[in-house]
Amino acid sequence: MELITPGLGLVFWMVLSFSMLLYILKKFAWKPILKALKERENTIDTALKSADKAREKMEQLKADNEKTIKEAKNIRDSLLKEARQVKDKIIVEAKQKANSEATKIIADAKRKIENEKEAALDEIKNQVAGFSVEIAEKILKKKLEKTKDQKDLINKLIDEIKIN
Amino acid sequence: MHKNFRKIDLIFIILSAFVLIPNGFAFENRDENEKENSVKTEHEKEKFDPGNFIFDHVSDSYEWHILSVKDFHVTIPLPVIVYSKVSGLHSFWSSKLHHGHSEYKGFCISQTESDEGKIVEIMEDGTEVKPLDFSISKNVFAVFISMGFLFWIFISIARKYENKKAPSGFQNVMEPLILFIRDSVAKPVIGEGKYEKYMPFLLTVFFFILINNLLGLVPVPPGGANVTGNLAVTGVLALFTLLVTTITGNKYYWQDIYNAPGVPLWMKIPIPLMPIIEILGLFIKPFVLMIRLFANIAAGHIIVMGFFSLIFIFGDIIPYLGYAVSPITLVFTVFMSIIEILVSFVQAYVFTLLSAIYFGMATAEHH
Repeated sequence: MELITPGLGLVFWMVLSFSMLLYILKKFAWKPILKALKERENTIDTALKSADKAREKMEQLKADNEKTIKEAKNIRDSLLKEARQVKDKIIVEAKQKANSEATKIIADAKRKIENEKEAALDEIKNQVAGFSVEIAEKILKKKLEKTKDQKDLINKLIDEIKIN
Repeated sequence: MHKNFRKIDLIFIILSAFVLIPNGFAFENRDENEKENSVKTEHEKEKFDPGNFIFDHVSDSYEWHILSVKDFHVTIPLPVIVYSKVSGLHSFWSSKLHHGHSEYKGFCISQTESDEGKIVEIMEDGTEVKPLDFSISKNVFAVFISMGFLFWIFISIARKYENKKAPSGFQNVMEPLILFIRDSVAKPVIGEGKYEKYMPFLLTVFFFILINNLLGLVPVPPGGANVTGNLAVTGVLALFTLLVTTITGNKYYWQDIYNAPGVPLWMKIPIPLMPIIEILGLFIKPFVLMIRLFANIAAGHIIVMGFFSLIFIFGDIIPYLGYAVSPITLVFTVFMSIIEILVSFVQAYVFTLLSAIYFGMATAEHH
């Protein structure tokens, strides 16, 4: 019978100790443990989420990088193209300029040569004329010793002038 | 291979310790019985009484018996605290009673049919009167010990959690159990958002029952007491479940009891059949909790002790038959002990789960 008749003392001590157990464990064990477990779960959760976010960001960055590289390449290509064009243009222009310069120099040179030639010719003419006059003077001095000859010559000269 | 053998050896040694130590128990008990019997009748002095032997083990007592060799008893004396209406409050060590063989200050352990094993006060006219008994009996002391274990285990673990380091050591053993109670019992049964306030109670009940079930399987102190196989203990646990259910029950819960919706009117008026059934149900639920845990654990102890008794029952017929039976008994007992370990977990789980279901019913919003 003793087995199925609960003892009053045992009930009393059990109520007392179980209430104490409940209170103390609740305050000093379950609360911190459950709180820590929840916090840990939250931490893991947020860590996973932020890892996902980081991965997304990485992918975006990668895409951005590729885009930037592509743009840079395009710019480089267009710059090179432009540079080539500019180079060609410069060469062409330089050639033209050189040509025109050359023709100008040649023309100048020709003109100068012409001028020099004329000047030289003039001098030769003048000298020849001088020589001619001297020779003529000398001849005339000799010839005009006779009066008749003088008269003839004068007449002849006059005639010539008249003709002119 | 070698390592495996050593492991198996170790397990065997531990299990035989489980079995052999109560063997010691049993032998001295026989001696005691022999002695008692010899006082009664000379002819029946060899008779072994398995009923007494088993109930002595399963019941509460005023001292914690460890072993006896012939007439030398090794016991842990426990304080006896009694309040008598006649002579007032008394407290003394149970060793003063000399294992029930002598009286002290007029108190002795009764041998009568109705109060056997209880402390009674002997009046002047020779009648026995039961005083109010608040003794720290074996079970009370075992409850204190298990409380000590629980405080030690969980407060040290809680401190580890506060350090915010990676879990280590015993923490890793307890954490799955705590998470199991939270995620597989409280959360699905009570419901998200409401389960938190019940967690301390559910965890306390679970671990209290578990540790006492397991300690009950250990044959030497601090184990060996039949705490969860005692109606007073399971009754108090069930009472706490009833209290928590009643205090936290919402208006739908009470409406279901007094005026259950969806029930034909003739079941409520003129005879309030449904309310009566519901109110009875209110008390039957914790009552069933109390009986289930008590019966399972007490039965486990009784079966194990029953197997031991076989040795002495056969030994009484022919001594060598007792030795012959003992290996078989050993195998049975090891088997039962393993089953009892499983039962320890299952019963702790069932009590917690059913408490959680009652809390869930008490806080359900609508149907």
